[in-house]
Amino acid sequence: MALTEIDSKAREIILTIQEYSISTWRAVSNLFRPPIYWNDMLIQADVIGVGSTTIVILVGFFTGGVLAIQSMATLSAFGATAITGRFVSLSMVRELGPVLTGVMVSGRNASSIASELGSMVVTEQIDAMRALGVDPLRKLVLPRIVACVVMLFFLTIVADSFGTAGGAAVSIFMNGQNSTQYFSSAYESLVFSDILQGLVKPLFFGFIIASIGCFYGLRTTGGTQGVGRSTIQAVVTSSVLIIVADFLISQIMVALFIK
Amino acid sequence: MKQSNSILDDRTTPVAKSASDSAPVVFHNVSIRFYGPPVLKDVSFTLGAHETKIVLGPAGVGKSVLLKLTNGLLKPRRGHVDLFGQNLSELTEDQLFPLRKRTGMVFQEGALFDSLSIRDNVAYQLHVENIPDEEIERRVREALRFVELEHTIDFFPGSLSGGMRRRVAIARAIITQPDLLLYDSPTGGLDPVTSNTIIELVVKERDVYHTPALLVTHRLQDAFTLTSHRYDQELGHMVPLPKGETDPNTSFLMLNEGRVLFDGALDDLLRSEDPFVREFLS
Ligand SMILES: Nc1ncnc2c1ncn2[C@@H]1O[C@H](COP(=O)(O)OP(=O)(O)OP(=O)(O)O)[C@@H](O)[C@H]1O
Ligand SMILES: [Mg+2]
Repeated sequence: MALTEIDSKAREIILTIQEYSISTWRAVSNLFRPPIYWNDMLIQADVIGVGSTTIVILVGFFTGGVLAIQSMATLSAFGATAITGRFVSLSMVRELGPVLTGVMVSGRNASSIASELGSMVVTEQIDAMRALGVDPLRKLVLPRIVACVVMLFFLTIVADSFGTAGGAAVSIFMNGQNSTQYFSSAYESLVFSDILQGLVKPLFFGFIIASIGCFYGLRTTGGTQGVGRSTIQAVVTSSVLIIVADFLISQIMVALFIK
Repeated sequence: MKQSNSILDDRTTPVAKSASDSAPVVFHNVSIRFYGPPVLKDVSFTLGAHETKIVLGPAGVGKSVLLKLTNGLLKPRRGHVDLFGQNLSELTEDQLFPLRKRTGMVFQEGALFDSLSIRDNVAYQLHVENIPDEEIERRVREALRFVELEHTIDFFPGSLSGGMRRRVAIARAIITQPDLLLYDSPTGGLDPVTSNTIIELVVKERDVYHTPALLVTHRLQDAFTLTSHRYDQELGHMVPLPKGETDPNTSFLMLNEGRVLFDGALDDLLRSEDPFVREFLS
């Protein structure tokens, strides 16, 4: 009994993944065939990118500050507070910048994408769009994916910078560290592989956020309640996938660069 | 409806249209089901080149499903649908879009894009085709004038009444001068006066532009108005046909329990012995 249940659950998951892959691939393959709705991409870039800047700045700044506080306590035990800057910038650039930005934007935008498209499904606006000869994958999905990938890249850089600044604020103003020392240790420690890792991650995370948001939005059934369900599924799935992808990318990067 | 309609000039004339005099819509033994029992079973019918077919049937019988099958929004489980001579089952979603562009559809609930103004709703198809702004503006105003709602052009769908939304949906469907119109319960839930305005629009589409159409309705009254009136272009409104005459291009399709119960002209429908038809008409 339990086995057949597991069996049908597994089948459902595999079917969902298959459906997701097919529709996402159909959306992305449109990138190379006109018409491409550039205007919608710009609008989405504004909604996703500019709209998220404030929270990303705040989260980045305070995370950097926390990192400095915590590391300072530990590092001072070894008399190594001089490398606080290095600790903060490495943590931000490699891990926390991309992941926190991803999770914040996922909470903000995977949900809004899923609920927007979900409402359009239940009010037949998606069908109306198809009936008017416009492909929702081109008009709605692709612009969101492109905008999200591009904007998450820049938002991550913003988060990294403000994180380093937050760490600096704590080290310099609260702990009286020398600012030159902080910043030189922060910058000198960053090597190519760290930066590459930190900038590759948001590309994947942005893709996950938008494609999962669209996917759950477009398969909404069951009225307004269904929209709520899709929204939750989109946020949960994209956040988990971001963490999983982070693990995989880190693993691959470490294997590639640290031999 | 007093203004002259220059939409007419843009349209292919009936003569040109009949160049491809084949039936725009043919259903071949179409069956479809969702999760429960089949919704449509073995449905076959043909819509002629200038024909307006009125689809009747009880609520939930599958009338909306039938319209969505017509332009490929849904795929039949068995059988197939020919639209403009092409078998929809053999086409990919990408290949369906050009055919859908030739079809205007009015959804049961209007399905207007609620984040776009009335102007952008009506212009939707023109916008994606990169038509110059001045021409879009002109055609949008024309289409809105056709449904007598030009003054709402800057409103949003949320601030219109149900009947106005339905008329905007009609304007959106006709703006590209489609080769086929699908109306899903255009008068559903409206008062008799507004319903009549909408039926007059349908009659106008039928008699002025000769666009073939499938029209779902719950109101028998609408069906009778459609068959017993014609659009008089000189007078600018619809007028009753002489007593005893019916429009030869208007026919009926009645569904019950997923099957076609009746397909034919009004006279035959009225003479039908089928107990369900009799009950429905009484
Ligand atoms: N997308 C769908 N998924 C699942 N079931 C559906 C779907 N669309 C329609 N159905 C089912 O198909 C049946 C027919 O629905 P349809 O909307 O065509 O009825 P209708 O004849 O248009 O009714 P009404 O006169 O109330 O508009 C219903 O039982 C409905 O539950
Ligand atoms: Mg219906």
